[in-house]
Amino acid sequence: MHSNIFDRYLHSDSSIHRLAPQVKVVIAILFIFSNALLPDGDWLSFGISWAVILLLNLLSRLGWAYTLKRSLIALPFALAAITALFSLPGKTLAIWHLGSLELILTDAGLMRFLSIIVRSWLSVQIAILLVATTKFPDLIHALEHLRLPKMLVTVIAFLYRYMSVLTDEVIRLMRARQARSAVLPGQRGGGSLIWRARTAGNMVGQLFLRSYERSDRIYHAMLSRGYSGHLRTLNQHEMQINDWLIIALAFLLIAALQLFAHTTG
Amino acid sequence: MPPIVHKTPTEPPSLAENKTVINIKDLGFSYPDGHIALKDISLSIKTGEKIALVGPNGAGKSTLMLHLNGIFSGEGELEIGLLPLNKENLPVIRSLVGLVFQNPDDQLFSPTVFEDVAFGPLHMGLAEEEVIARVEEALALVDMRGFDDRLSHHLSTGQKKRIAIATVLSMRPQILVLDEPSAGLDPRARRGLINLLRELPLTMLVSTHDLRMAKELFPRVIIMDEGKIVADGKTSILLKDEALLEKHGLEKP
Repeated sequence: MHSNIFDRYLHSDSSIHRLAPQVKVVIAILFIFSNALLPDGDWLSFGISWAVILLLNLLSRLGWAYTLKRSLIALPFALAAITALFSLPGKTLAIWHLGSLELILTDAGLMRFLSIIVRSWLSVQIAILLVATTKFPDLIHALEHLRLPKMLVTVIAFLYRYMSVLTDEVIRLMRARQARSAVLPGQRGGGSLIWRARTAGNMVGQLFLRSYERSDRIYHAMLSRGYSGHLRTLNQHEMQINDWLIIALAFLLIAALQLFAHTTG
Repeated sequence: MPPIVHKTPTEPPSLAENKTVINIKDLGFSYPDGHIALKDISLSIKTGEKIALVGPNGAGKSTLMLHLNGIFSGEGELEIGLLPLNKENLPVIRSLVGLVFQNPDDQLFSPTVFEDVAFGPLHMGLAEEEVIARVEEALALVDMRGFDDRLSHHLSTGQKKRIAIATVLSMRPQILVLDEPSAGLDPRARRGLINLLRELPLTMLVSTHDLRMAKELFPRVIIMDEGKIVADGKTSILLKDEALLEKHGLEKP
């Protein structure tokens, strides 16, 4: 019984897969910044950005719609931008009355809302592409190369290693509860809501205790192999001249897109 | 990334055959909650010996093992590789004693197998080529060549146990200390592990409930119960003593 839902890497031998991981991280971040900086309602520039993603999909041999299919999962988070609909001055499109409240939908608000949705949707796609074409351990190395604070990198590495262990533990706990959740014929089973809530609370507590004790054992295992407070790793991905060139090229393309968007728009 | 500065590692004292490698005198330890885990433990181990440590759950086997590496420090005298266990000697002692924990998910904490096996050598301050060579060597010793890039959480329990042993072999320890290595293995994986332990030319202290394995592999056995050593001697004699075994919750293999 293993949960592998955290591994999104898809092996292939494409040019994108072969790029140095830190190059991919830098380009993905540049791309996300670029999305954020594009003007509201500049559909042409958004379209160009999307075309770039489709092209990258094809280049990584994942199928052109790979990131598109997986991007919808993140859409609900973009709903956080829903207040933009009602908070920008502009031409009134509709008015809703909620008791004494009056919600006014404006054209500028709608434009901003849709633009935010598109921006986040594009950004999620590049992130999906990044983890699909880069092994996670390589991503961790990349973050280290990019001088992310060591402590943060370590936390991410441990999170990655133990996320599935923890998920397996949750699944086992739930199974153990299920296996004993019997109902006699003619009886109303399940217990009261409070009782059920208490059981769930106990399970969370159990999970915390188990993780806490495990962290102790892991620390002991680290100590016994010489850990003294600083994690050491071999850095396997040295930046080559090619890598710098690719980053520079990506930077130029993105700058050009921004220039285009801000002068024509 | 600035290059790692490597200190010249202090060479651990080399040990001749038949010299005392672990010497424990009157060791006692109690947990912060007052529970006494170890009482008057005295024990000496010579190089090349292969010893099984048996006894019921809660007898103090794991607690004793954690002392051999300085993770716990109780009262009493502890000498490892001729060095008294103290703060100064701790780094050298940790390179002498390879401690493998019972649950490989605790032992293997890095994302990839390579990083886990390289962890010990890196912390010993070895140079990059040496680290890579040692990882190769350790993986070869446990018959797991080519697993470098694998993710620890995708391995089977038997594979994890082997990699866990490799993570200390890469430090070239003098003494291998294993906590219940055969627990949770299917017969084939257990057999593979027994063959592996037989072939490793190291001093070994192995805690186990698997008395059949003890009989097969370890000429000497130490029986612990309630924090004390209750018997220490030849496996061929002690594991035939039904009365003794039964008294301490064990069964004749």
